[in-house]
Amino acid sequence: MTTVLDIAALRGGYGEVDILDGIDLTLAEGEILTVAGTNGAGKSTLAKAIVGLLPRVAGTLRVAGRDILSLPAHARAASGIGYVPQVANVFGALSILENLQVVAGVKDRKGRIDEMFGLFPLLGERRRARAGSLSGGERQQLAFARALMARPRLMVLDEPTAALSPAKVEDAFRLIARMPALGVSTLIVEQRARQSLAISHRGCILDGGRVALQGDAATLLADERAADLYLGRH
Amino acid sequence: MDAYLAAIAIVALIYILLALGLTLQYGLTGLINFGHVGFFAIGAYAAAILATHGAPLVLGFVAAAFFAGLAAWPIGLVSLRLRDDYFAIVTLGFSETVRLVITSEKWLTNGVQGIPAIPRLFSGLTVGIGAQLAVLAVLLAVTGAAVLAMRRIVRSPFGRIIEAIRDNEDGLRALGKEPARFKVQVLILGAGLAGLAGAFYAHYITYIVPDQFIPLVTFYVWMAIIIGGVGRISGAVVGTALLMILLEGSRFIRDVVPGISEVEMASIRLGVIGILLVLFTIYRPQGLMGDFSRK
Repeated sequence: MTTVLDIAALRGGYGEVDILDGIDLTLAEGEILTVAGTNGAGKSTLAKAIVGLLPRVAGTLRVAGRDILSLPAHARAASGIGYVPQVANVFGALSILENLQVVAGVKDRKGRIDEMFGLFPLLGERRRARAGSLSGGERQQLAFARALMARPRLMVLDEPTAALSPAKVEDAFRLIARMPALGVSTLIVEQRARQSLAISHRGCILDGGRVALQGDAATLLADERAADLYLGRH
Repeated sequence: MDAYLAAIAIVALIYILLALGLTLQYGLTGLINFGHVGFFAIGAYAAAILATHGAPLVLGFVAAAFFAGLAAWPIGLVSLRLRDDYFAIVTLGFSETVRLVITSEKWLTNGVQGIPAIPRLFSGLTVGIGAQLAVLAVLLAVTGAAVLAMRRIVRSPFGRIIEAIRDNEDGLRALGKEPARFKVQVLILGAGLAGLAGAFYAHYITYIVPDQFIPLVTFYVWMAIIIGGVGRISGAVVGTALLMILLEGSRFIRDVVPGISEVEMASIRLGVIGILLVLFTIYRPQGLMGDFSRK
């Protein structure tokens, strides 16, 4: 299987101190990988490092074999990375349609927007609505549609269920589970680790900016140590 | 009285042009420009210098917008990658630098003596307030054109991007757009409008000195867009109009309350505007023309 994301000895942070302390992980084509861990373990920092929003980063970071570490965020997006941020995941002042129109590097933009409205019918029905007026679940759908617009090879999801009501969390995970069918490999940073692992092929647990455990999702779910230390019992 | 009202309307329209420029920069894009008066000064001096050396007035107006925009370009390139608060400090420093340069470079600007005898627009019209009304008409046309252009910008792909920059710059980067280029363009456009306003100001006042271009001018424009509604083109117009009514209307307080000196009056005026700003911030933070459904 082709490796879409290859990370080795990745270090970095916002200031002087390294939040990421030498991360090694890979993501294969069509795979879903959950990155779990306690608060402050470096999960969201890792997501930002991959998409190019971490101010200081060093190590190896390849997407589809291409070294992207020195590329700025906008160029990384062009190299096939889609990103759904944890907060402020839509442009509130713009309409749903305009949120999709601002994405760069989209071939056949109109056709692609129609495809997104096919994938997310609710967005199509409310295309003129201001994104700032949408509910948490609707915003999440728009954030996914926006990230998918440029046909990414890799999606990086930073706690995609954090702002959702319990009823909408299941919907979000169902949506993520569809990513391989859309030809997208997915890295999810998630607090709801058990639910996320349940739809993932593999998982990795960060602790203190390092990979403490990684393996098949099913194995991690059954791992007593992982459950005790990081996943919780629910 | 007609001449007085026409004069107030002319000054109000000049300030509306300034407010439109700042609305583009801050209201729509989120650029905190505390040095707007610097671009206003560059426009005023460019038009004044050219006009007093015999250049056609139209050339002076074009040059005013051009040189103000040109000055914004390096400021943008150098500082737009800075954090918002540092960018604000850089622009404030820029406007003070402009004022110091026009004070020091006597060979070009006549220093603190200023530039007198700047040709008045439509000076051939000497009957009644004909010249003032003609200036008013031109300013109305230019301001109207600026409003229409800004409305087009807001609805264009460029407008979508600058609003996205204001909402979430990193989010836009992650979607493949580099905000810096767009921010520089917005800074240049807004500065160009301020330069144009400066040209109108120079030709209307006919005598400019460096002390007319102090940071207070910038903060009047900020007050206008905050009162009118940040990010609203109509807010720039309504907010400036209200600010002018307050600034000018407060002159008449001396007619009703005796014993107030001119200096005390200036302080009272600023105090009234300050109280109004505080009240707006508390009770109507979205401004007069902001979204009525949101506080």
